Amino acid sequence: MNSLLNVILTTDFAFSLLRVTTPILFAALGALISNRAGIINIGMEGIMLVSALAGVIVSAYTQSAWVGLLGAVLSGTLIAGVLAFFTLKFKTHIILGGVAINMFASGGTVFILYLLSGDKGSSTSLASKVLPSVQLPLIQDIPVLGPILSGHHILTYISILAVVVVYYLLNRTPLGLRIRSVGENPHAAQSVGVSVVRIQYTALLLSGFFASLGGAYMSMGYLSLFTRDMIAGRGWIAIAAESMGRSTTIGTALTSLLFGAADALSNALQVLKIPAELIATLPYVATVIGLVIYAVSETRKKNKKVKGPVVK
Amino acid sequence: MFKVKYFEVIRTAAVILIALAIAFIIISLVSDQPLKTIGIFLWEPISTKGHIGNVIEMAIPLMFTGLAVSLLFRANMFNLGAEGIFYFSGVVASVLAIHLSLNSWFHPVVAIAAGSIVGALLSAIPGILKAKWNANELVTSLMFNNILFGIGLYLLNYHLRDAKAFANVSYKFQETARLSKIFTGTRIHTGLIVVLVMIVLAHLFLYRTKWGYELRMTGVNRDFARYSGMKTAKVIILVHLIAGFIAGMGGSVEVLGMYNRFQWASLPGYGLDGALVAMLAKNNPLSVIGSALFLAYIRIGADMMARLSDVPSEMISIIQAVIILLISAEQFLKFWKNRMLLKEAKANA
Repeated sequence: MNSLLNVILTTDFAFSLLRVTTPILFAALGALISNRAGIINIGMEGIMLVSALAGVIVSAYTQSAWVGLLGAVLSGTLIAGVLAFFTLKFKTHIILGGVAINMFASGGTVFILYLLSGDKGSSTSLASKVLPSVQLPLIQDIPVLGPILSGHHILTYISILAVVVVYYLLNRTPLGLRIRSVGENPHAAQSVGVSVVRIQYTALLLSGFFASLGGAYMSMGYLSLFTRDMIAGRGWIAIAAESMGRSTTIGTALTSLLFGAADALSNALQVLKIPAELIATLPYVATVIGLVIYAVSETRKKNKKVKGPVVK
Repeated sequence: MFKVKYFEVIRTAAVILIALAIAFIIISLVSDQPLKTIGIFLWEPISTKGHIGNVIEMAIPLMFTGLAVSLLFRANMFNLGAEGIFYFSGVVASVLAIHLSLNSWFHPVVAIAAGSIVGALLSAIPGILKAKWNANELVTSLMFNNILFGIGLYLLNYHLRDAKAFANVSYKFQETARLSKIFTGTRIHTGLIVVLVMIVLAHLFLYRTKWGYELRMTGVNRDFARYSGMKTAKVIILVHLIAGFIAGMGGSVEVLGMYNRFQWASLPGYGLDGALVAMLAKNNPLSVIGSALFLAYIRIGADMMARLSDVPSEMISIIQAVIILLISAEQFLKFWKNRMLLKEAKANA
């Protein structure tokens, strides 16, 4: 146990916590926006994978990390746009649409990678660029906090900023109000003149936008190349974080951090001889438990409501 | 003259044609000899007995998961848990295939039965959560996929792994546990008979029994079914049990029929493919046979193409995505249906 505490109570561990949380947080914020608009986007994994590859390819051909990031974001948003077009225009079922996106991404990225580099495993032969890390002036000199908070990848800081932006967007702007109203009661929203379809388009595009930032981080920060299936379930963890965070911005951010901690811990817990395979299931187990508790309490509330007037 | 009642058939055919057209376009863009490559893609899977065998072998697991998902979708349950159950039941069957010693008749039967029952029980969990507390079955089943994968991989790495095999695989199965081949020159195994029997049973269950009727009604409109006096909670749990049983059987049969060691270090994907099969089959048990064969055909075609030409087999996942997007698109070609309806109405007037 002591050896475990020795691993956890270090600035290195706290630093790596923020590092592994970044992609989960981005995707969870994306899932949050689309869920609040009443559409479950389960294509997160696929969108992240496509944008991770796009970032590598574009940055390799333009030799600019920033153009690469732009390419990643555009391609991820485009994929979300395709999903939106099919589900909102052609009325494809959103879940099946998400399955299609994931299927497309897991094979399609390998397909394109192979055509460009002749390799099906990773993009080692493409000279892609990495986005910079940032030393925070002043903060980096503070003992303990400095090594934890400073020196992160630029997208890690942007992800924290994104929490504030999403919170503000959902709770303080007209668009946020419309997104929430469409999610809660589309008919009511429609009746007061909100275009449900347009809002859902916007929400899906935004979810793709945030997920693709997470994807770009994976191949241009977390690692410096693209590897096959490199998202490795982070998209699903993000969906789990969103639903355990009860579709609130703060809750989603906190559970993302929690699941990030589980990810970071999986290395630390190996000291205690707990297999990594089992630790990897923790976020999912936690989500199922969280969902059940929530569903049980909701059912009780509902039953009370039904019985209420009769007692009167 | 096309009739409205053939609309779904026409639409499915149109989707398949569009998907194949996209495949040809991709091949033409990528390949140096597009015509030859397309020829390989379409012709190779049915060119020899061995290749036809490959298609049928590939179709067996797809039929199992396609059937399981069809039943769930039929009850309007968006449960994608067949993936994890398929995998985990494969592990369960492998454990018994490695450690039991029985004769060659009972051994696979016991292993497959155990895998199926475990599958049914695991599948019941999201079912009960949905039926009792209305917990979203989609999210719970997706989470279960990852949980079951983690546990299965743990069992493989820590308890079943054969250190002498130089790869991440389990100990060898007992010879008695393996399913026997039914056609010489192919690897088609007795699992084919098992799955065809299951499909016929599912068909009879769905259309000839009271429970099947309740299942279909619950799928059409759960509230209506409840007001008509059906116990929809029971129906939902039942369909989860059956679907889990079938998916678990699929995983067990696949492992014992095709391999001599357990070797899936990642989810094999058949559960999600099952959703595609079910959609192509319009959630109809008997049509699952055709749609699984079609999917297996284009997959083997893509494999052959990757081996014999310059186009990688991953092209197929793009085609699959197109099929899913279009086939579940209610509005796709709807205008045409409306026009046909209008014409027929005018003709009758």
